[in-house]
Amino acid sequence: MSTVAAPPPSPTRPSSGQQHDPASAAKKRKRDTTRLVAFLVSPTVAVLGLVVGYPIIAALRESLFSEKKGLDANGFVQQGEQFVGFEHYIDLLSGEAGERFWNAFWNTSFFTVTTVTMETVLGIAMALVMHKAVRGRGLVRASILVPWAIPTVVSALLWQWIFQANGVANAILGHKVLWTTEGFQAQLAVIVADVWKTAPFVGLLVLAGLQLIPTEVYEAARVDGAKAWQQFVRITLPLIRPVLLVAVLFRLLDALRMFDLPFVLIGAHKGSVETLSMLAYDEAANTRYGPAAAYAVILFLYVAAVAFVFVKLLGADVFSSDKAAAKKSKSRLKKPAATEVPA
Amino acid sequence: MGPQGMKETTNMRHWLPKAGMAVLAASLLAGCGSGSGSEDAGSKPPSFKGRGPITLATGKDTTGVMDKVLDQWNSTHPKEKVRMIELSESADEQRQRMIQNAELKSGDFSVLNMDVVWNAEFAANRWIVPLPKGEIDTGSMLKPTVEAATYRGNLYSAPWTSDGGLLYFRKDLLEKAGAEPPKTWAEMKKTCDKVLKLPEAKGMSCYAGQFDKYEGLSVNFSEMIHGAGGSVVDKAGKPTVNTPEAKKGLKWFADAFKDGTIPKEAITYKEEEGRQAFQKGDLVFHRQWPYQWALANAKDGSSKVAGKFNVAPLPGLDGPGTSSLGGHNLAISSDAKNKATALDFIKFMTNKENQKKRLLLTSQAPTNAALYEDKELLKKFPYLPTLKASINGAEPRPRVVQYGDATAAMQEAAYGALSGKTSPDAALAQLQKKLAGVNSK
Repeated sequence: MSTVAAPPPSPTRPSSGQQHDPASAAKKRKRDTTRLVAFLVSPTVAVLGLVVGYPIIAALRESLFSEKKGLDANGFVQQGEQFVGFEHYIDLLSGEAGERFWNAFWNTSFFTVTTVTMETVLGIAMALVMHKAVRGRGLVRASILVPWAIPTVVSALLWQWIFQANGVANAILGHKVLWTTEGFQAQLAVIVADVWKTAPFVGLLVLAGLQLIPTEVYEAARVDGAKAWQQFVRITLPLIRPVLLVAVLFRLLDALRMFDLPFVLIGAHKGSVETLSMLAYDEAANTRYGPAAAYAVILFLYVAAVAFVFVKLLGADVFSSDKAAAKKSKSRLKKPAATEVPA
Repeated sequence: MGPQGMKETTNMRHWLPKAGMAVLAASLLAGCGSGSGSEDAGSKPPSFKGRGPITLATGKDTTGVMDKVLDQWNSTHPKEKVRMIELSESADEQRQRMIQNAELKSGDFSVLNMDVVWNAEFAANRWIVPLPKGEIDTGSMLKPTVEAATYRGNLYSAPWTSDGGLLYFRKDLLEKAGAEPPKTWAEMKKTCDKVLKLPEAKGMSCYAGQFDKYEGLSVNFSEMIHGAGGSVVDKAGKPTVNTPEAKKGLKWFADAFKDGTIPKEAITYKEEEGRQAFQKGDLVFHRQWPYQWALANAKDGSSKVAGKFNVAPLPGLDGPGTSSLGGHNLAISSDAKNKATALDFIKFMTNKENQKKRLLLTSQAPTNAALYEDKELLKKFPYLPTLKASINGAEPRPRVVQYGDATAAMQEAAYGALSGKTSPDAALAQLQKKLAGVNSK
């Protein structure tokens, strides 16, 4: 991660104080700058430590403890918590807790892979349409973004109406499917609703990338006799790749934390759509904070691992496609595109 | 309202020394250590001293009535004002906020508006204090509502509103078929056979309740078990679902799903989906709460069955059935300041006048027994006698401390059996094992 640091000390700027030895003065300047940088970023570090570092450490600690749950002779719950080491993690390897955990783990992974794949494909398609639309481009773009703007809980309720036994989905299919009951149909309902909601997000990011591709590139390709498909695969895809990868990364991290859509659309305690977040929530709701923290920690590690692998992959890809692009189109289009992304 | 309010305050003045004595007596008794009392001898008995401003933590007030009630109290108690803290509309989130408040030992919430099923959990965790004996007029209240507010012999919350299941039936169709409202499940099925042969009943289904996998299924499941003469847990909290009665109860409904007495899609019904089906005229019988009465009788065209239905007590296996108990109680948080005011406020909220007002404004069922015979109320709510019978015969859902786990286990078992994934016997055997483990966790 590169941070925006203070500008490097310019050698032309005269420094205060006497200059005995240029080497030591440079060293001192460097030290001063380092100190200044440390001073300037310290509030950020402190805030991050407070809102990110502390909760993570607290969750890690909590996951090693267990609330006492037994009742004493008078029917009162025993107070306090006890240290149980890695018991909550070991419990996940077998037994009922393990079964439920792995089910949630696979559901989470399944939803992530399926929804993100479909959203990427649809998102690119949407972006191409939006890019091509000449008249009413603003309107098309705004309308495509509507699903993304609706709060997830609200869209879950909307889809619940659609997927009711007497809902629109069944009316169109002409077949009575009980979507919200346990089984594959519930998973399908979640996937459809999620793709509907977040494909526009991918679409919008990709559109930003598309708009940065100069038209000359396509003109040159056409002169060389490239067909539409070839242009798409050889020019468009490589050139939107950095933007696309960022969009996919965001979606991956989001999908791994999926909670409200299955929770509202299908309901709690339904094994076929229970994700890791829902599992952690359920344990916490039943005041078993230890296991809840353990699930949350595992989800955190999972998300972190996926992000790490992806960023590594992304970095490598940006680099190689950069070279490839430079070779192919003899222009450095990559860099401006990459810096535009966060905006 | 004015004079009543005045009377209220003067009563309170008299009450204060009495309360002090009651507390003193209670602490003496506890000190004597007579083994019979379940008062926790180890901890200090809660003191009901302190007067001043308090808060009421309650779910989102969708009726908008609460403000009026609080205004009335606040105008007569300028030094002991109550401030309402509105929590989420979702019961789960309300419970979580209250638990958080208790675990932080914060005095922010003084009086808690709790769902009736949380009583055991909140009491056992000492999140709420037992109410002093003789202060809440439990004698005037329906017995099951008082039982549900009691944990190990002590009253922990004041029954405020209640709820019981009713069997809604299509009066017009039953009359045509020459049938009486059924007393047993088998009778209901037989009546359906007759009714569904009528040309008007084309495309209709016989019965539905709340069968989606959520709290409503626990309610319906408990009714299946109790209606067949079984029980979910015994008095000591031990699970008892592995009995022949329980099996008969669940099996009847699993079979009803299989043979179409209950339509397949009813497995997705919560209260609202079922209500829509009933209002569309898709159901002959419907197990539902009283709130459906006014909505299904709406004359604005939203209901096709307005004026065509009536209610009866829930049927059972061999005789009248048993409803699960719903409703809300008011309790005092352990860390609350000004507990004396809080207790006065609870007494004010649960008194007969206020319950009557609440029923008229929100149609929430009262816990006060006399109101069910009130002529004025009967005119507006003709179902009150049936509801009273339903609540009087109602069984609270299992009063176990880890209720969240218990209800999840019940939902799992019932859902499996009703959707045909597991046999009722296997589902109940599994449930018996799970419930036994719930409190040892």
